[in-house]
Amino acid sequence: MQMLYISLALFLLANLAVGMWRVLRGPGVADRMLAAQLFGTTAVAILLLLAEAAKSNALRDVALVFALLAAVTAVAFVKRAWSMPEARDID
Amino acid sequence: MIDFFSMLFLLAGALFFLAGTVGLLRFPDLYTRLHALTKADNVGLGLMITGLALQAESLSVAGKLVLIWGLVLLAGASVAYLIARGALLRGVLPWKR
Amino acid sequence: MEALDFALGLFDILLVFLVLSLAWLVMSSEDLFRAIVLFVAFGLLMALVWVRLEAPDIALAEAAIGAGLTGALMMAALDRLSSVKPIQKVAASAQRKQLSLSSKVLPLIALVLIVLGLGYALLSLPEIADGLTPNVKENMAQSGVKNPVTAVLLNFRGYDTLLEMVVLLLALLSVWSLGGERKLSPRSTNPILGSLCRVLVPVLILVSCYLLWVGADAPGGAFQAGSVLGAAGVLLLLSGWHVEQKYLLWPLRFILILGSGVFIIMAAVLLLIQGGLLTYPVAQAGWMILLLESAATLSIGATLAALFLGGVPKSRVDQ
Repeated sequence: MQMLYISLALFLLANLAVGMWRVLRGPGVADRMLAAQLFGTTAVAILLLLAEAAKSNALRDVALVFALLAAVTAVAFVKRAWSMPEARDID
Repeated sequence: MIDFFSMLFLLAGALFFLAGTVGLLRFPDLYTRLHALTKADNVGLGLMITGLALQAESLSVAGKLVLIWGLVLLAGASVAYLIARGALLRGVLPWKR
Repeated sequence: MEALDFALGLFDILLVFLVLSLAWLVMSSEDLFRAIVLFVAFGLLMALVWVRLEAPDIALAEAAIGAGLTGALMMAALDRLSSVKPIQKVAASAQRKQLSLSSKVLPLIALVLIVLGLGYALLSLPEIADGLTPNVKENMAQSGVKNPVTAVLLNFRGYDTLLEMVVLLLALLSVWSLGGERKLSPRSTNPILGSLCRVLVPVLILVSCYLLWVGADAPGGAFQAGSVLGAAGVLLLLSGWHVEQKYLLWPLRFILILGSGVFIIMAAVLLLIQGGLLTYPVAQAGWMILLLESAATLSIGATLAALFLGGVPKSRVDQ
């Protein structure tokens, strides 16, 4: 099982590396943000896999904090940073 | 037996992450990319967590895993809605063939 | 076993490659929003690096601050910058034209010297060094906690944390001194955002308490707990949560200085009784550290949320 955990973590990291292209390319700010959201979830999965491989409870706490704060970043994006001159602070 | 199922779930989860990434790269507009992203978020992580929870050494560890998934589900769904709504209000047009 | 090491090695190599290229992309990105997203991704990967270096304490802090709150803080800064951006762009492009040969060569020479110095320092390090680990291990019994990192940060070198609290307070003061009162944003009418807040905020507060409590014998502690608490504050601010005017003046300032205040009082009292700065009596060390950390958590949370607001808070009621 150890081998599977580590290979899957490697696989997910490679996924993340490929997804970087969307951050660089855009075109819109929201597209970049979506990629960041995917990175967050991927990092949670990688952490949980590493936690299981190392039987470490602390790493699960890191994953928990990731999961919580990714949501806060995304809401901050929608409410603050997503600026288009013609439509600001709509909701 | 447990190992087998757990392996199955983990691999299926990884497949959904791959699908999400491919979708994020290949889909033509924001809304379709959002769709791809939520697949990885909800189903991909869900399957992985199911696979890992089967291996968990105690009930509290499994509970924490399920809690993480629940939070990601909730946040993912809400954020997908907020981004899609924001995009519509800002006049981002859905893609047409 | 060999295959496992190989897979882990590949993981590490890919991770290092990603971190380095992200660092470069963040610095070279002209689009500020792109730079923020890249920086958030950089924080995520840095947390993974700390995990691989077997430093879960720092991974937790990086996850909470680097990948989490910094993104939100920078987005708030970008929001504020949007009004001054045109001026800044003109200045930047004017500067670029004036770059002379000497202003290109001098930084290069300085950089080469720094690289040489760092390289020399790195190569002259002993190959195997115990550092302070044996010292910490020897004195763990007297620290009042079971997590060596907490023991160092709150007991053996308690003044580190004290000064960090002051630094955070100074950061907030300098943001406030930039001027501009910030009105709290109007209450959101969006039902989804509302329900997200109603679930996430209690969970964030609960996780913050958990991290504070678990810090005594596992990775966790005041900074991690404080930034999770700060995230709860940021979420509340974003959904247009209202604080009554009367709480914005003294009660807010009281919470902001609570951490540093309790720290300084504790240090002074201990200096008088024990004859040393922050030298706790062994029997009481446990609850004293918990008290300090609880006060610090509240202050850090409030400070981070206030930083996100970006100016002296002002209620919307009396505009």
